[in-house]
Amino acid sequence: MDKKYGVYICTGCGIGESLDIPKLCEVPEEEGITCKTHGQFCGKEGLEMLQQEIDGGVNTLMIAACSPRVNYDTFDFPGSIVDRVNIREQVVWSHPRDKFPALTEEEKEDEEKFDRVQMMAEDYLRMSMAKTERIILPEPYKLEEEMSKKILVIGGGVTGITAAMDAAKAGYEVTLVEKEEKLGGYAAKMRKQIPVDEPYEKPMKPMIGGLIDELNGFSNVTVKTSTVVARLAGQPGEFFVTFKKPGEKIEFDVPYPLPEEMTVDESGKELDAETLHQKFMEYNEGRKDILTIDPNAEKFGAVVLAAGWKPYKPKEGEFAHLGFGENPDVITNYQFEEMAAAGKITRPSDGQPAKSVVFVQTPGKEDDADFSYSGSTASLVALKHATYLREDYDDAKAYIFYQHMRTPGLSENFYKSVQQDTGIFLSKGKVSAVSKNGDGLTVEAEDTLLGEKIGVKADLVVLGTGMVPATKDDPVVNMAYRQGPGFRDIDLFNGYVDSNFICFPYETQRTGIYAAGTIRRNMTMGECMEDAAGAALKTIQSLESVNRGVSVHPRSGDMTFPDFFFQRCTQCKRCTQECPFGALDDDAKGTPKPNPTRCRRCGTCMGACPERIIGFADYSIDSIGSMVKAVQVPSEDDYTEPPFRVLGIVCENDAYPALDIIGLNKGAFSADVRLIPVRCLGSMNVIWIKDALSQGMDGVFLLGCKHGDDYQCHFVKGSELADIRVKKIGDALASLALEHERVAQFEVAIDDYDKLPKIINDFVESIEALGPNPFKGF
Amino acid sequence: MTESTQALGNGTILVVGGGISGLTTALEAAEVGYEVFIVEKNPYLGGRVAQLNQYFPKLCPPTCGLEINFKRIKNNPRIHFFTLAEVEKVSGSPGSYDVTVRLNPRYVNENCTCCDECAKACKMEITDEFNLGMNRQKGAYLPHEMSFPSRYVISPQIIGTEDAQRCKDVCKYGAVDLDMETRSMNLNVGAIVWSTGWVPYDAGRIDNLGFGRYPNIVTNMMMERMAAPNGPTEGKVLRPSDDKAPESVAFVQCAGSRDENHLPYCSYICCMASLKQATYVRERYPDAKIYIFYIDLRAPGQKYEQFYQRIKEDENVFFIKGKVAEVSEDPDSKGITVTAENAMTGEKIHQTVDMVVLATGMQPSAATAKLPADLTYNADGFIVNDFKKGGMFGAGCANRPADVMSSNQNATGMALKAIQTLVKR
Repeated sequence: MDKKYGVYICTGCGIGESLDIPKLCEVPEEEGITCKTHGQFCGKEGLEMLQQEIDGGVNTLMIAACSPRVNYDTFDFPGSIVDRVNIREQVVWSHPRDKFPALTEEEKEDEEKFDRVQMMAEDYLRMSMAKTERIILPEPYKLEEEMSKKILVIGGGVTGITAAMDAAKAGYEVTLVEKEEKLGGYAAKMRKQIPVDEPYEKPMKPMIGGLIDELNGFSNVTVKTSTVVARLAGQPGEFFVTFKKPGEKIEFDVPYPLPEEMTVDESGKELDAETLHQKFMEYNEGRKDILTIDPNAEKFGAVVLAAGWKPYKPKEGEFAHLGFGENPDVITNYQFEEMAAAGKITRPSDGQPAKSVVFVQTPGKEDDADFSYSGSTASLVALKHATYLREDYDDAKAYIFYQHMRTPGLSENFYKSVQQDTGIFLSKGKVSAVSKNGDGLTVEAEDTLLGEKIGVKADLVVLGTGMVPATKDDPVVNMAYRQGPGFRDIDLFNGYVDSNFICFPYETQRTGIYAAGTIRRNMTMGECMEDAAGAALKTIQSLESVNRGVSVHPRSGDMTFPDFFFQRCTQCKRCTQECPFGALDDDAKGTPKPNPTRCRRCGTCMGACPERIIGFADYSIDSIGSMVKAVQVPSEDDYTEPPFRVLGIVCENDAYPALDIIGLNKGAFSADVRLIPVRCLGSMNVIWIKDALSQGMDGVFLLGCKHGDDYQCHFVKGSELADIRVKKIGDALASLALEHERVAQFEVAIDDYDKLPKIINDFVESIEALGPNPFKGF
Repeated sequence: MTESTQALGNGTILVVGGGISGLTTALEAAEVGYEVFIVEKNPYLGGRVAQLNQYFPKLCPPTCGLEINFKRIKNNPRIHFFTLAEVEKVSGSPGSYDVTVRLNPRYVNENCTCCDECAKACKMEITDEFNLGMNRQKGAYLPHEMSFPSRYVISPQIIGTEDAQRCKDVCKYGAVDLDMETRSMNLNVGAIVWSTGWVPYDAGRIDNLGFGRYPNIVTNMMMERMAAPNGPTEGKVLRPSDDKAPESVAFVQCAGSRDENHLPYCSYICCMASLKQATYVRERYPDAKIYIFYIDLRAPGQKYEQFYQRIKEDENVFFIKGKVAEVSEDPDSKGITVTAENAMTGEKIHQTVDMVVLATGMQPSAATAKLPADLTYNADGFIVNDFKKGGMFGAGCANRPADVMSSNQNATGMALKAIQTLVKR
């Protein structure tokens, strides 16, 4: 579009009182851009004025007023580019005149005097003008071929079946695959299940049979048993899935990335792209590369991964102190369930009725933790198992020794109902030893409610071991992604498929693939069924987002997507490697292949690219770089003591709102900083830092989220990657004879607005102590 | 044909309650493509979590997640929300409900620029409900810095006073409208998700725990506000009687929960909340001692267990398995002596501390005020969902006690249940 620009400066909310508005208007006017002012652009009259401007042909509006976080709908003019210049919260409000005095009339005459706040506002206008010149209105991304709205559900247990039905009920076509010959998973191998509804008191008959029957009634669900996913290639809206029989070896089995030690030569230098690919193909002999699409693959739009769990297998000798492995009458809770499902509870050693059973909930060595992977489910399972025993024998006695009875929420009702049974003894206690005693066993427990140290005669001892997510040692979903077939960083979550587990529980690092059930965390069947509904919703949402050509969470609705200028690509693979969502697959030469519907639009690829060939319609190296260059850097040619200039590159998700709150609270920070919001610090390209320093700015700071195991980055790794890039920039600075202290990154949370002014001011002071950038004025 | 024949269904979803569950249901449904209305009784969205200082176990600010959700709302024309709004009446059946919504006056219109002049002009102070009454605020106020929508409120308490007029006179933007009246609005929707949330159990009803009698006994929600940088003490944890830095703090678990006389169920979050709050105290006061009295410590799930393990490593945090039977105050020092029976040894323990935090549980909002719709509740006031019937669903803590993560999980699923109702039509 041919741009017609207009600058609109609001003088309300104290802006007019604080700034020299006519002087501010000169900034665009000098460039031949019309500039209009109003006392309240967000009011009726102000908006009418803006509309008239648009009607008169202006299609690129720079509105210098409040933060874009407010009046977001007021200044929404479809079809026009609107750039909000935040001179209220981040200029006028956060630089009150009692701390940053305006120039007196007399001082205005003095060429040596300058008004820091006015300079700030003027720079922000210049930055907006530079940016709007370089951005275009985004258009939705449409897949080249017709998309599929079919949903694939992997796993035919309670979770998978429920997810399939839930998606089908919303009208979508579903294929469900199950590796076993029959549907049902572990749910079909149980005598009873933990109650799923009000009053949550008694173990109930397994629901799985009913669920399978119900599933069979759905005409829009296809079930494939004895089937696994060999590979899942492509992207949301067009996943190409190759199925196979379990155990089969086929050419479309997913290839695995080279182990790191194979990616370097003898001297430790990284191999070139073509050699790497050759090695990769050798390493995966007999398997096609990820970019080779199986002509017989079935096309799907999105995936629910409901692969479930496996019983924890104790390592040899792991629970020797509890007699496990030595005594056949010490078993796991899963073995107990199998036995109960098959018939009465007996002693494995001699098949005699087991009438005294001890359930051990903690391994009881150092601490009070339950067996690993047991969550709160193992407590409920022990309670359920105790009721089995009492069903089988009127005179049976069940003892449950626990450190903490974990029956949270309404599952407390189940605990309470089990407590009513006089044949079930529940006690806090640590089981320290299990030894053989004639035909049976003696269980020694300490610190119990029944006495300090007691011995219980038992026929059978059951260990409350956990449920290991199927994804712990098997990718299951087998993505034909360059980053690998499984979920990334799964170790952070002990093998559970998870990502942002508080606020956005379904957001994994793989767009369009949503995990549900016990691969996400330890759950009861009731919880699994609920989880299935949530995951089904997310698949539908991702399909409809692809259909509309927009991004999913967290930049929901964003129509931009990364655009590559391939002619200049040097095949360094950094974008492919750093993308938190595995959206890029490079080819044999190392050239990235974008998969736009996998992308979450964070811009990490843009930040990673040393050739600066990646950008978005409204967000690019050039748009931000030009903002950096638009900042005026006064030198000694201008003033005897020129003010310092410090660039702040700030995460728009957390740091930027916190900066707004400083303004709202009438806090204050240095007026010598210029702030540029970025989608995520991961999109920060070091060229911006170099640009800033080479044009004489004195320092650069980055404000991003906390990283590490408890990362707060909405794009998983943005602030961490920026931190790595900043650390590496030290050498480049040294070659320019600049101190590495001129560049720093700070972790801030959104509620750090009380600490942020000090962080900024301290940094500016540290730069002042270093003295001006020697490049200033060149 | 491999393509699905089904396009989106028709109809609109109403979400009652704009807390974290309601926001989640609304956003997840709207991002599929449905029109959603949110009706929230407070003047801001965010509900209970907006009052929390940090989430467990990541110890991150809830406003971070809320900000993203608000951004999603800002970018989504399919979401319409009403604050200071309450559902008065619901009639109809799945697929078509007629809903009457009462819109209470804010006395401030969309011209508000948050300039704070009205608050400066107003002399009268009212109880700050957002800070659970721990301080007073002006009769014209912004509920909190991160309030969304960011618009001031004029309390009905000052309407008709000179203060109200002063607010109106001082506003340069014509944003104060003292003539606003309660209005009624009718909506026709296909499905309703009730995300009406929870209220902290009234600690004053637990006679033996001394809340309301002794100033240095506070609730866990009060602790959240104290620790919050925008709270009544600006993030300082101080004992109320003398604003002294506490040298010792006792946490009384199951204050009301797992108690047939109060809440028979487990409130799910209180163990994790106290572990988290122990970090608030320990971070601020490196020498402070923490005593946690519990029946069972419920840290359900791997990440929660890891968090508990981390707290246990702190030598200044002591865990005592025992239910607190009584509390008493030293009239001079205002210190509190907590008496509990050690469940392991049977001996009585007396522990004197500077301050006590009652880990009060959650009660569904519907337990105290029934919702104006044909819903089924359990004995404790939680909504029991009938998926066969469909149409209306309880989500989040209106449905059962839950943490934020499970609430979000549940609320996402309920968005689909609502959509299924619309598709069936």
